[in-house]
Amino acid sequence: MSALNLKKGSSRKSAYDLRDPNSEVIETHTIACVVDNEAGVLARVIGLFSGRGYNIDSLTVAEIDHLGHRSRITIVTTGTPAVIEQIKAQLGRIVPVHEVHDLTVEGRTVERELALFKVAGTGDKRVEALRLADIFRANVVDSTLESFVFEITGTPEKIEAFAELMRPLGLVEVARTGVAALSRGES
Amino acid sequence: MTRQMTGAKMVVQALKDQGVDTVFGYPGGAVLPIYDEIFQQNDIRHILVRHEQGAVHAAEGYARSTGKPGVALVTSGPGATNAVTGLTDALLDSIPIVVLSGQVPTFMIGTDGFQEADTVGITRPCTKHNWLVRETDKLADTIHQAFHVSTSGRPGPTLVDIPKDVQFANGTYVPPTKAATAHYAPQMKGDMEAITDLAELIETAKKPVFYTGGGVINSGPAASQLLRELVEATGFPITSTLMGLGAYPASGDKWIGMLGMHGLYEANMAMHDCDLMICVGARFDDRITGRLDAFSPGSTKVHIDIDPSSVNKVVPVDLPIIGDVGHVLEDLLRIWKTRGRKTDKASVSAWWDEIKTWQARDCLAYQGDDKVIQPQYAMERLEALTKDKDRYVTTEVGQHQMWAAQFLGFEDPGRWMTSGGLGTMGYGLPASVGVQMAHPDSLVVNVAGDASWLMNMQEMGTAVQFRLPVKQFILNNERLGMVRQWQELLHGERYSHSWSESLPDFVKLAEAFGCKGRVVSDPAELDDAIQEMLEYDGPFILDVLVEKHANCFPMIPSGEPHNNMLMGEADTQGAIGSSGATLV
Ligand SMILES: Cc1ncc(C[n+]2csc(CCOP(=O)(O)OP(=O)(O)O)c2C)c(N)n1
Repeated sequence: MSALNLKKGSSRKSAYDLRDPNSEVIETHTIACVVDNEAGVLARVIGLFSGRGYNIDSLTVAEIDHLGHRSRITIVTTGTPAVIEQIKAQLGRIVPVHEVHDLTVEGRTVERELALFKVAGTGDKRVEALRLADIFRANVVDSTLESFVFEITGTPEKIEAFAELMRPLGLVEVARTGVAALSRGES
Repeated sequence: MTRQMTGAKMVVQALKDQGVDTVFGYPGGAVLPIYDEIFQQNDIRHILVRHEQGAVHAAEGYARSTGKPGVALVTSGPGATNAVTGLTDALLDSIPIVVLSGQVPTFMIGTDGFQEADTVGITRPCTKHNWLVRETDKLADTIHQAFHVSTSGRPGPTLVDIPKDVQFANGTYVPPTKAATAHYAPQMKGDMEAITDLAELIETAKKPVFYTGGGVINSGPAASQLLRELVEATGFPITSTLMGLGAYPASGDKWIGMLGMHGLYEANMAMHDCDLMICVGARFDDRITGRLDAFSPGSTKVHIDIDPSSVNKVVPVDLPIIGDVGHVLEDLLRIWKTRGRKTDKASVSAWWDEIKTWQARDCLAYQGDDKVIQPQYAMERLEALTKDKDRYVTTEVGQHQMWAAQFLGFEDPGRWMTSGGLGTMGYGLPASVGVQMAHPDSLVVNVAGDASWLMNMQEMGTAVQFRLPVKQFILNNERLGMVRQWQELLHGERYSHSWSESLPDFVKLAEAFGCKGRVVSDPAELDDAIQEMLEYDGPFILDVLVEKHANCFPMIPSGEPHNNMLMGEADTQGAIGSSGATLV
């Protein structure tokens, strides 16, 4: 029947065509939405995820255009290809959402996250923490005789790796911003 | 031209400028300024309902039967929370309504003030969009946006929450033409390449079926007209969901009846065995698909829908076409005609032969009875005595709703108002009030179950007050019939709380409301009773005492595929497995 060479679940104009929509493989995607910065817009986005049972691995929001009252919401989410497509379509339905970009399929991206680590300790552990921080290009933004606060920027993986190393060295507290992401290139 | 006026006046002005002639509402402290303005004008009729849920369902009935947005006005706190069921109903069935709610003054928001509720928070997931207006200058613009969003793209409910101080304060009125609506513009035209692909599929299909839904009706009368033309020209069979009845006429010879859980055998079999499924404005709801992994296994599936999120949501399709049904069908017809109006006539004719053998099973047949009124018989008689009239039908939710869908025939869109997606008992009576308001001279019948009808029976008062001659046709089985049916099939006939005790005397109830009622239990008297109901000049309650244990067939048991229908009592033993029992 499919003389037209149609592919189930695909829409002809998306990069999604290249993936198998029926796959049960869980993928991680970074989705960026440009929204009107109006009251309740974040609640709408989060409510969509909780109401329909989607995952949020990380979420970053800030106004990006004061005059135009636009904010950018960057969400890292996981799901099967079909669920990821649903998430994008559902986000697109929200009235104050102007653009939805799946950075993971739209091409190469830069993704960065900022984190603060408080590490307490003395002696060898303290020296080792400082040495590793240097390797990871983390900055010391606060220090006492028995603690440091490191500031580190990088991909979530880099931050995870740094956290792993700091844990045995006296990691006390972590604060992470969640991912901010842009596509590479001029457009 | 800019005009200064109070927020309350703006509300009325904005409604007038939106072409609103009727508002269903209920006053309270937080909307008194708006009610004061309503009092001082005559262009907009206000219908005082008896409960805010009734106001919203009435607005839905008005909207479905006119194609125009329905409007409801409620007060803050309990007024707004009472509207939640109606909003959710309208969201699931894609009905354009605008609800205006009062709110405590802005300086009190967040203090747990008297009758304060976080209305935009509560209604966020059950509206297409909602707004809290904090400045009078933005009020008119916001109301216009609410109408725009509600009626554009896939229609749905919107809500505007208006604090009392915003209603009192002065501001600048903006007319609809100046409102900031441009940013919300869903795609109307379908992709031409995809539409051409569909034309090609139509040319080669051997076992095609049109599977249509409420989207055809929502798209407007032109869409129904185009659908009819397409069906006639191709000669393909057409079935429809509960929501889409009337888009194609029930008397049309390509009509194979409603599909789904209680759909017709021939419709479900055609869906299961087809090789080309053309879904037009429907959404593969679980009542339609039955068991997903066995849903129409051999077909190429095409889905025309204005809402991208409906596509591939539950059933992956081969050819999605995003766009308004009317626009897409128009392009499709043109392209298919220019390509030579081809179909595989021989194969389609053989397909019809197959369908005719399914039709010959006469799946709606039931055991006649001259002592007790069978509910199916009541539906047949209602159909016979009203089908030639200018008729609108609403329903409650349950077995009676399914029997109405099976036995009543709809020739035009907008004549059938039922709660499909949410399945809201208590929908039908207030909806009939809304429909009758919009069509004062037409016959409006609410086909009801005894239990559902009681859920919003207070709206009988509205019908009497506003002289709305709505006919309440109650199939009284003294049971929560649909629940009883499921308990019989799924829970070992343990009828836990599924009968109606202490039912009121519906005739006395009618009298108490100031209208008329009649009870009928003898099949021989049914016609006469229906005639009396139709001839009575005013609201009427006909209490039809029917067989108490009738089950609604055909039925696709939960968790089963389309070709595994229960056709009657004989099929019901152990029909639903334990995995099916967890489904609703
Ligand atoms: C508000 C609400 N509560 C509960 C239900 C579950 N429910 C579905 S059908 C039904 C029974 C309806 O009984 P009745 O109105 O007498 O109609 P019948 O099935 O007997 O025709 C119930 C309780 C519902 N659909 N809506």
